[in-house]
This record gives sequence, C-alpha cells and structure tokens, in this order.
Amino acid sequence: MVTEEVVDLSRLQFAATAFYHFLFVPLTLGLSFLLAIMETTYVMTGKEIYRDMTKFWGKLFGINFALGVTTGITMEFQFGTNWAYYSHYVGDIFGAPLAIEGLMAFFLESTFIGLFFFGWEKLSKRQHLTITYLTAIGSNLSAVWILIANGWMQNPIGAEFSWVTMRMEMTSFWDLVFNPAAQAKFVHTVSAGYVTGAMFVLGISSWYLLKGKHVEFAKRSFRIAAAFGFASALSVIVLGDESGYAVTEHQQTKLAAMEGMWKTEEAPAPFTLFAIPDDDKRQNTAEVRIPYALGLIATRSTDKVLPGIDQLEAQAAERIRRGIVAVQALESLRAKTVSEETRAAFEAHKADLGYGLLLRKYTADVGAATPEMIARAARDSIPKVAPMFWTFRIMVALGFSFALLFALSFWYSAKNTFTEKRWLLRWAVWFIPLPWIASEMGWFVAEYGRQPWTIYGILPTHLSTSTISATSLYGSLAGFLFFYTGLLVVEMYLMFKYARLGPASLGTGRYEGEADYQPAR
Amino acid sequence: MLDYETLKIIWWLLVGVLLLGFAVMDGHDMGVGTLLPFVGRTDVERRVVINTVGPHWDGNQVWFITAGGAIFAAWPLVYATAFSGFYWAMLAVLWALFFRPVGFDYRSKVADPRWRTAWDWGLFVGGAVPALIFGVAFGNLLLGVPFHFEDNLMPVYTGTFWALLNPFALLAGVVSLAMLTFHGANYLMVRTEGQVYERARLASLIFGAVMLVAFAGAGVWVASGMKGYVITSVVEAGALPNPLDKSVAIQAGAWLGNFRKAPLLWLVPGAGFAGGLLALLLAWARKPVLAFIGSAVAELGVIGTAGVAMFPFIMPSSSDPRSSLTVWDSVSSHLTLSVMFWAALIFTPIVIAYTGWAYKMMAGKVTTAFIESHDRSAY
Ligand code: HDD
Ligand code: HEM
Ligand code: HEM
Repeated sequence: MVTEEVVDLSRLQFAATAFYHFLFVPLTLGLSFLLAIMETTYVMTGKEIYRDMTKFWGKLFGINFALGVTTGITMEFQFGTNWAYYSHYVGDIFGAPLAIEGLMAFFLESTFIGLFFFGWEKLSKRQHLTITYLTAIGSNLSAVWILIANGWMQNPIGAEFSWVTMRMEMTSFWDLVFNPAAQAKFVHTVSAGYVTGAMFVLGISSWYLLKGKHVEFAKRSFRIAAAFGFASALSVIVLGDESGYAVTEHQQTKLAAMEGMWKTEEAPAPFTLFAIPDDDKRQNTAEVRIPYALGLIATRSTDKVLPGIDQLEAQAAERIRRGIVAVQALESLRAKTVSEETRAAFEAHKADLGYGLLLRKYTADVGAATPEMIARAARDSIPKVAPMFWTFRIMVALGFSFALLFALSFWYSAKNTFTEKRWLLRWAVWFIPLPWIASEMGWFVAEYGRQPWTIYGILPTHLSTSTISATSLYGSLAGFLFFYTGLLVVEMYLMFKYARLGPASLGTGRYEGEADYQPAR
Repeated sequence: MLDYETLKIIWWLLVGVLLLGFAVMDGHDMGVGTLLPFVGRTDVERRVVINTVGPHWDGNQVWFITAGGAIFAAWPLVYATAFSGFYWAMLAVLWALFFRPVGFDYRSKVADPRWRTAWDWGLFVGGAVPALIFGVAFGNLLLGVPFHFEDNLMPVYTGTFWALLNPFALLAGVVSLAMLTFHGANYLMVRTEGQVYERARLASLIFGAVMLVAFAGAGVWVASGMKGYVITSVVEAGALPNPLDKSVAIQAGAWLGNFRKAPLLWLVPGAGFAGGLLALLLAWARKPVLAFIGSAVAELGVIGTAGVAMFPFIMPSSSDPRSSLTVWDSVSSHLTLSVMFWAALIFTPIVIAYTGWAYKMMAGKVTTAFIESHDRSAY
C-alpha cells in the first residue's frame, strides 16, 4: 500500500541522498578543469612546480571523487528501488539520457581518471595532459545528460501519453536534448561547480599564505583560482538569470512561490527584495520592493504580466476539473470499454490528465471528488512560499558575494599585492564552504519548487513511488544515515589531513614539512 | 528505422552484451577484491593486488552502471519491478559497492595497519557480496518471482526478502561468485609474480572447479523437472507492449523448450563448460592470458545459458503468470529503442577502444619493488 508516509519517506530519502551526492559533484566539475589548466601551464612552461600543483590538487580531487562515485551509484538505484511507478511511467524518456550518460560520459571520465593518477610515468607529457582534459570533459558531459534528464522533469517536452502502454512515450529525441530548460540548467550548474572548485583552491592557498607555508606554490595556485573563479562567478550570475527566465517560461507556479507573488501585479511587476511571507494568511509583511525590476528580469519586457498565486490556483482548479474527465475516460479505456466517444473525450482532455491525478491524493475514485477536494488539490499545485522565497535569496546573495570576492582577488593578483592583504586571505578561507551552500539552496529551489509534481504538470509525486512498506523505508533510511555519516567523517578527515600537509604529501623533497608525513607501512 | 520486433530482439542481445561486459571487466576486479585478503598476506603484497586493478576499476564499474541505465531505458518495467521488488537485495548490493571507491582510494592514504586491514575487508565485501547476490537474483528469475501489476501497471511484489534465499537461488549464487572469483584469479596471474602469483593460481584452480561443478549441478536441477514458463496465447511480437495482454502457463521442464526447438543452442552451455575447463587447464599450465580469455568465454556461456533458457521471458511471475515480463511486452517505445540502439552502436566500440588503450599503457607486472618505490603515489 502506498500511504502518505511512504511518499514522505521516499521523498526524504531521495532528497537526502541527492543532496549528499551533490556535496561531491560540484568540486569534481570545477577542480577537474583547474587541474587541466595547471597541467597545461606545466606542459607549456616546463616548470616542475606546476606539475606538483596538478598532483597535489589532484590528490584532494581524488579524495572527493571517490565519494562522488559512491553516492552516484545510489542515485542510479533510487529510481528503481523507490520510484518504481515513476520509472515505469517515464522510463521511456528519462532512461535514455541516463543510459547515454553512462556510455558517453561516465566511461570517459572513469577510464581516464585512473590514468590521471597512475600514468605520470607511463604516458608522455602530452598524452597525460590529454587524458586530464578528457576526464574534465567527461565529468562535464555527465552533467549535460543528467541535467537533460532533470530538465525534462521540469519542462516535459517531446513526449506524449499513450493509454495502451499507460505511460509517457518519447516523440522527439531532439526536443528532449535541446530542451531550453535543460540548457539553462546545465550552464548554470556547471558554472556553480567551477565557482566551487575555484573557491576551494583559493581558500586553501590563502590559508597557506596566512601561515607562511609553501608560499610560491600557494601564490601560483591563488592566481589561477582567482582568474578562473572570477570568470565563473560572473557566469553563474548571468546564467542564473537565464535559469530564472526559463522558470518564468515553463513553471509559473515556481516563479510565483520564489517571489512571494500572491496577487497578479501590473506589468512590469516589482521585485521583492525582502519580505516575511506567511503561507497561512497568504500575504507578505515587511516588504521591501524595487519597482518594475521583476517584470524586466523575468519577462525581459515591460508589458508581459506575471500571474500571482491566487490566479494560478484558480487556473489549476479549472485544469483539475478537466483532468477528472481525462482520468475517467482513461479508466474506461483501460477497462476495454473502448468507444469513439470515450476516445474523443480522452483525447480532448488528455493535456490535463496529470491535474486529474492530483486528486488521487484525496480519493481513489476521482470522479467522486468533492469541490473541497478540488480546492485542496489546487492549493497543492503551488509550492510553499516561505522556504522557496528564502532559499532563492540566499543563493543569489551568495552569488553576488562570490563575485565580489573573486573580483578583488583577481584585481590584487593582477597588481601582485594579494599576499599583503591579510583580510582578503582570511575572507577567502572563511568562504570555502559557502559555494556548497549556494548549490544546495539552488537544488532546493529547483526541486521543491517543482512540487507537487515529479514530472511538472504530468505525474504527481504522490503517485510516483514504489509499493514498499514504510518499515522498509525506515530501515533503508537508517542504513543510508549510518553509511553516509561514516563516509563523510572519513572523507573530511582525509581532506583536512592532506590539505594541512599540502604539497609536502607528494614526497618530492622540495617542500617544507615533509617530515610530518608518516611513511607508509 | 528497424522494425519494432527486430529492435526488441536486438535489445535483448544488447542487454546481454552489457551484462557480459560487466562480468568480464567489473567481474575480474570484483574477483580480485574477493581474493585480496587471502592472496596478499603482507601489506606490500596486498598493495600489489590492489594496484593491478588500481587504474581500471572505476572504468570497469561503469559497465555495471551502464547496464543499469540501459535496462532503465530499454526495459523500464523490468527496472521498476526488479529494483523495487528486490528492495533489500538491491540495497545490500549498493551498500557493498560503497566500499569499493573509498577502499581503493583511501586505503593507502593512512599508514595505520588497522585502517588498512579494515579497508581490505571492505574491498572483500565490495567484491564478494554483489557477485553472490547477482547469482541469487538470476536464480530467482529462473524460478519466477511473486509479483503482479495493478490496473495502472503499478508493480507489486508480494514475496519477502528471505524467500529469495532458497536453495536453487543460492546454488546460482555460488556459480556467479565462483565464476567472478575464478576470472579475477586469472587476471591476478597475468599481472603479478612470485608468492601472489602462486596463491592466485591456487585460487583459480579451486574456484574454477567450484564453478564447473555448481554450474553442472544447476543444469541437472533445471533438467530434472524444474518448473519453467511458456506463453500460451498468440504472441504479436511487434505489438505495443502491454504485459497484461497475454496468458502464461507454468510447466515442468519448460526451460529446456528453446534447446529442444533449436539444438544448436546447446553450444551456449557448452561454451560455459569448455571455456571453464580450458581456463582451468591453462591456469594449471601457467598460461594466464589464455586462462583469462577462457574464463571470459565461460562467463559468456553461463550468462548466455540463463538468457536463452528463459527467452522470451525476462522476469516471470510465479504468483500471477500473465504479469510476467518478456522481451515483447516490457520494452520502451519504438523510437526510444531505436535512438538507444544507435547510441549503443556508436559509443560501445569507442569505449572498448579507449579502454583497450588504457590497459595497454598500464600493462606489465605489478611488483613489490614498484610499490616500495611508489609509496606515496600508488594505492
Ligand atoms: C534526474 C533527475 C533528478 C536530478 C538530477 C535531481 N533530482 Fe531532485 N528529485 C528527483 C529527480 C532529480 C525526483 C525523482 O523526481 C524527486 C523525488 C521526489 C520528487 O518529487 O522528485 C526529487 C526530489 C528532490 C527533493 C525533494 C523535494 C521534495 O520532495 O520536496 C530535493 C530536495 C531534491 N530532489 C534535491 C536534488 C538535489 C540536491 C539534486 C542534485 C544532485 C537533485 N535533486 C537532482
Ligand atoms: C539524480 C540524478 C543523478 C544520478 C542518477 C546520478 C548518477 C551518478 C552515478 C551512477 C555516478 C558514478 C559514476 C562513476 O562511477 O564514475 C555519478 C557520479 C557523478 N555525477 Fe551524478 N547522478 C545524479 C545527479 C547528478 C547531477 C545533477 C550532476 C551534475 C550536475 C551529476 C554529476 C556527476 C559527476 C560529475 C560525477 C562524477 C563523480 C563525482 O562527482 O565525483 N550527478 N552520478
Ligand atoms: C545571482 C545569482 C544567481 C541567480 C540569479 C540564480 C538563479 C537560479 C534559479 C532561478 C534557479 C532555479 C532553476 C530551476 O528551478 O530550474 C537556480 C538553481 C540553481 N542554482 Fe542558482 N542562481 C544564482 C547563484 C548561484 C550560485 C552562486 C550557485 C552555486 C555556487 C548556484 C547554484 C545553483 C544550483 C546548483 C541550482 C540547481 C540546478 C538548476 O536548476 O540549475 N546558483 N539558480
């Protein structure tokens, strides 16, 4: 039996494991390109220090990568184990990018990461540089395909429902691939990864400089991170704006919740800088607004109207009523009472089938839904405002603060005075964890903002699970908690250990503090 | 565009190719993991063992991940039903796999012997547990699994986890564990020398023999009247997939039906025995490269035998036979199968080519001297 408890536990388990996976993903995405840049410098200048940089940051990369892989396998399993109906209902479309991701990206990345670590002596300089690039390209390609899959969940185009097979079926592969929502997500998410990688290198290098350790090594690392980070921080903002535009186009309920827009405003709508949204009273208090700003950013026009929550809810109720007809027609088609009329009724209302299914949360017999149930389902169609409003603003605020930090770092590294600016170095150290927070906030906006749907407008979350017991779910959740806590402790221990040791851990004899490293055996 | 029926069969073959790729590639490093605590006694010996697969295990693991993704894309109902039905078995595989990436990468990063021994057993679990469970799962597929579909095609599994651990399935588990360990032992012989080589050779002889005996035992079990499944309604192979649209009967000996119809198929189990036997002899004769090829052929034979015995069934239902999933009715749409076919056709050869290159660049024996001189960079 699928109960609300099963649905909630499945959501919790998916969210927890996905958030956890995404602790490791952004660093892989960003650091892999930084490694490629460092090694390119080595190959071009022939200076040993750049090879040491590649190797040392590569060690930290490896510690992170191991958990990225470990937690990624969980994600691959989850759809089948916990979201069986989802897997059946959309596997025809969703499975394809996942499988292509394996064939095209994971193989590339995973085959060459081994040579990155083990090939220093067996490969020529150029060969090694090539495989470093291939690893970086592989990890970014994996982001392309997984975000095509995820983008389709946000904006499901190129597919159609078939009542014979009782699922969504692909009608155009290229629509899936060139989905504008997926494109916007991809560029924004990988830039977020680059910011993360740059902040990691910038912060740790600053720490060495503050301690006066490995100064030459740290200075060079700092400069590369500052330049790469500055470009990435700008692009994350520009491309975040692009993501916002995609949301405006495809997911008005998400936008309204993000912006706390209860009422439809005259175009161009104002942007609410600060407010305390109240989901029960359906209004904001203590608002600080910038006139016209939202309308201009979100619609890129002065006359397009952005619908508020009240209006969107009324529209949803309308679609739910039409959806009821679709569900009933589908039920008789499945029961083999196929007549021209039911077929026509189904075809005419098919677009609203998903809205009819929203009622399944309240009643098994959708035809018997009361007006009260319809009202509740319509309210469900809007995500809760307060969490959306805040997580979005935290991400954006962090985005601007990163841009400022990188701009200053870049400026002072161009003037070659950054080693004296101890405030800047301290700032960089403290900022190391923040890109992760921004990314997790971003995913929260994207995924929580898609609720109550797994496939926006098509498949409600509460219908997507497997028929497993709540007991099993408590068990598996406890298992993940146990393993993931242990793994995180081990990972953080190694990360700190090796970050403290710095390049001394390479055992080249060229860096101070080599004696701190206990020899193996 | 190829017609639907052909594509359905092609995808049955392609999933087989991916499973075989998994067994040959990831299988050998799972075997190496299983053998690790036994063929390596000292820390340096264990590092030798680990470094034979060090540069390659991650790429090899992608065969497994891609096989999973391909089943999702090509047979979504199988992916949904098997993963949710075998919930705890899947989690056991998953959690066992957790130990591999971290085991390989983290073990050498701290010198404390307790730390290293702990990861050695982690790598053992990560190799042995999945190998065992995959066999158990195949055993249960041959027996049929208690599940059915609701009207809206929601799969419902009605068995328990413990029911999966029945004698026949456990025997299949032994076949699979012994097979991958055998294959791993042959690989270790290719890449090591001295003590480790000798112990790997012994392991190869033991596990090769166990595999052959267990495979023969499972064959006798199936042939002596084990129940199989047959479709009793007319099959429209090109039709839109609907698993509830057929009738299925349970009959003793039905899994031999395909062999009776096409006796050439006996070559498939034949390859299992011949490959296994040859590999055993070659390991004995100290010809590890050929032995490795032999155990790969054995894997082809063993996996292929299960596949052709069951064809067209993929996951028969013991509690509601008409819900059984077959090659005809658990598949994706025509367009998806076709897109994925082209993707597989283009990328699989590319993957095989660069994997081959990677092995070539890393070829040669891993020695204790190498580990000692690369203390900080080797695993
Ligand atoms: C390819 C698909 C996909 C991708 C790339 C992601 N998700 Fe997602 N997410 C889902 C597919 C999905 C899902 C299967 O559809 C879930 C499960 C339940 C649901 O509503 O959507 C979901 C739910 C879900 C939830 C719970 C929302 C809720 O139930 O209220 C959160 C917080 C996240 N995800 C967060 C993430 C993070 C941090 C990701 C980064 C790795 C991520 N998602 C990637
Ligand atoms: C929820 C959906 C997701 C699934 C099913 C999934 C699946 C996987 C799997 C199976 C791996 C291991 C591959 C290996 O062995 O090398 C992996 C790693 C990886 N994934 Fe995910 N993933 C998901 C979300 C994401 C997202 C959203 C991104 C990027 C934006 C991403 C980027 C990566 C990268 C870069 C790796 C390489 C390993 C690492 O991160 O260190 N994944 N993922
Ligand atoms: C000023 C800056 C920013 C803006 C305007 C912005 C905008 C957005 C928007 C609108 C979304 C939701 C997209 C959707 O729902 O589909 C999003 C998601 C996301 N953001 Fe940001 N963002 C900014 C900064 C950042 C920063 C600094 C990071 C991390 C370093 C980040 C990481 C993410 C991630 C990982 C997601 C989820 C993936 C996606 O949906 O693209 N963002 N962002």
